[in-house]
Amino acid sequence: MSVLVVAEHHGGKWHKMSWDTLVAGQTVAALLKTELSALILGAQIEPLAAELATHRVDRVFVAEHELLSEYSSDGYTIAIQQVIGRVSPDLILFPHSYFVRDYGPKLAARLNRSFLNDVIDINVKENCIRFTRQLFQGKINADVTFSDDLPHFISIQSGAYRGDTLEPTGNFAPVEKIDVTIDPTDIRTRYGEWFRESKSKVDLSSAEIIVSVGRGIKDPKHIPIAKGLAEALGGELAASRPVCDNGWLPLERQVGSSGQTVSPKLYLAIGISGAIQHVVGMKGAEKIAAINQDAGAPIFEIADYGIIGDLFEVVPALTEAILAIKED
Amino acid sequence: MNIFVCLKQTPARDSVIRFADHGKRIDESGLTYELNEPDAFALEEGIRLKEENGGKVVVVSVGPERAIAVIREALAKGADRGILIENDESFQVDAFAIAKALAAVLSEESPDIVLTGLQADDLGFGQTGVILAELLNLPHASIVVKIVEISDGSIRVRKELESGWFQNIDMPLPALLTIQSGTNKPRYATLMGIKKAKTKPVEYYSIRDLGVEPLRSQTIENFYAPPKTKETQFFEGSSREAADKLAEKLKFEARIL
Ligand SMILES: Cc1cc2nc3c(=O)[nH]c(=O)nc-3n(C[C@H](O)[C@H](O)[C@H](O)COP(=O)(O)OP(=O)(O)OC[C@H]3O[C@@H](n4cnc5c(N)ncnc54)[C@H](O)[C@@H]3O)c2cc1C
Repeated sequence: MSVLVVAEHHGGKWHKMSWDTLVAGQTVAALLKTELSALILGAQIEPLAAELATHRVDRVFVAEHELLSEYSSDGYTIAIQQVIGRVSPDLILFPHSYFVRDYGPKLAARLNRSFLNDVIDINVKENCIRFTRQLFQGKINADVTFSDDLPHFISIQSGAYRGDTLEPTGNFAPVEKIDVTIDPTDIRTRYGEWFRESKSKVDLSSAEIIVSVGRGIKDPKHIPIAKGLAEALGGELAASRPVCDNGWLPLERQVGSSGQTVSPKLYLAIGISGAIQHVVGMKGAEKIAAINQDAGAPIFEIADYGIIGDLFEVVPALTEAILAIKED
Repeated sequence: MNIFVCLKQTPARDSVIRFADHGKRIDESGLTYELNEPDAFALEEGIRLKEENGGKVVVVSVGPERAIAVIREALAKGADRGILIENDESFQVDAFAIAKALAAVLSEESPDIVLTGLQADDLGFGQTGVILAELLNLPHASIVVKIVEISDGSIRVRKELESGWFQNIDMPLPALLTIQSGTNKPRYATLMGIKKAKTKPVEYYSIRDLGVEPLRSQTIENFYAPPKTKETQFFEGSSREAADKLAEKLKFEARIL
């Protein structure tokens, strides 16, 4: 068994999930008592490759090509397919990024393999590898095994392994260039510049207290219930994605993978189920409190304080209780 | 325009999921089902494309017999034809097999555009559309929030990126798009629409007859409740009692008051 991790970057900077994935790779390589390689693709990426080589890998592969200077699903698929042909890895780990969502399953299918996404844990027992992933938006875990041939393709969920603790070592792993051939006509899509809809006027990242409201609030006319609590606490109001999609609160108050990342002292989640795309934006909070009527809501897996109940009763009562304490 | 929309029927969003056979299976007895949320937005996008550009909307679903309900729903909202690829398995399926089944049927048609939701909220693969594009040899864009314009056999779409960034993508038609939730306002079926749907054609296939091999590349060995990563202090009693206890904790333990 040999393990390959595909590292991701954009605009000369690492994608944070690359490190989480590298730690996952180190963990599984140790379990399998095998070598770990890492792959980086792009153009003008020597500095990144050199940095990767100091992070506890046995080898770094570099696939450089002008046509890889920006991401394209066609370009990445073709390039990684060629790398796989050359280095024959048995297990390939990707970060579960938006890019990987876009090309990972396509690449696997091209090699007639399935792809397993959002893996949160890997175990090895008697040479059988079991991968844990979540179903039903985080409500359920499942252990999965592959029945197709090697190589296996998996992506690692953000934060499942702690890449932020990874320190460079003094050792440099060998860096090996792999020539890839890509024809301009292979790339069927033209990608425009990245942009943001509007400059956000609300910076939730520095807020100390955040009251965040989810779809459980049911109707925009109930938003004041959450707003009242935020005001009583002297905090900012935030929301999960469906609340912003529906226009109940502006997009600039959205927390999660496609919104803002916050790390307040207190994050109070009201009527939010705790889907991973929300959780990645707020799990860095010092204390998390959740009010939800469903005892099985995944938000309770990460909450310090929980009330299982109807938010329409609990939130007004909590607002009153807080105002009373503040008056004392 | 020949517009194809892939739909999945999934357990209703707030379902309580129970296990059977010591976690070997999901207990389907108490479940109710609905159209997978992102697929509802893909369907709406497809119907709007037809309204603006003319053509037909064909909806395709892979699933047990009960999945006919989402096809009927789509026909009532304005789709013209339905295809159900029957597959008895609800949860022991992988996206590769489903995409192969869809590809087997769609390769006999001539789509100008294929739409899917960006993921099914039950199994959460987010792969079916991307694999289908590969199998049909179509360019694709995933996590699309807007179809910006269609002209001269090409399409420009807006794709969502991480942390609030976006990007426009141009590609030639035919193409495949996976649609993000919240991108439009899905319509309701009208009474007239529901009546008309009854006369619209639906074809049936079975996933086995389509020669999909293997039916499973991954096996779920067991289902279980996720272990807690934190020790949660739960506050019980009436709403008022629970709220008072939480407020106390916020003051004396979290020290934020
Ligand atoms: C690519 C991608 C990016 C995404 N980006 C983001 C993102 O940035 N941010 C984000 O938030 N989501 C994001 N999502 C969506 C995410 O997957 C979830 O769908 C979303 O977070 C769910 O929001 P919610 O918890 O408010 O709603 P739901 O999941 O519908 O949960 C509502 C909750 O309210 C509870 N509830 C209902 N009524 C009451 C009541 N009366 N009292 C108490 N509780 C009640 C229910 O028990 C339930 O737990 C993204 C998804 C994808 C695929």
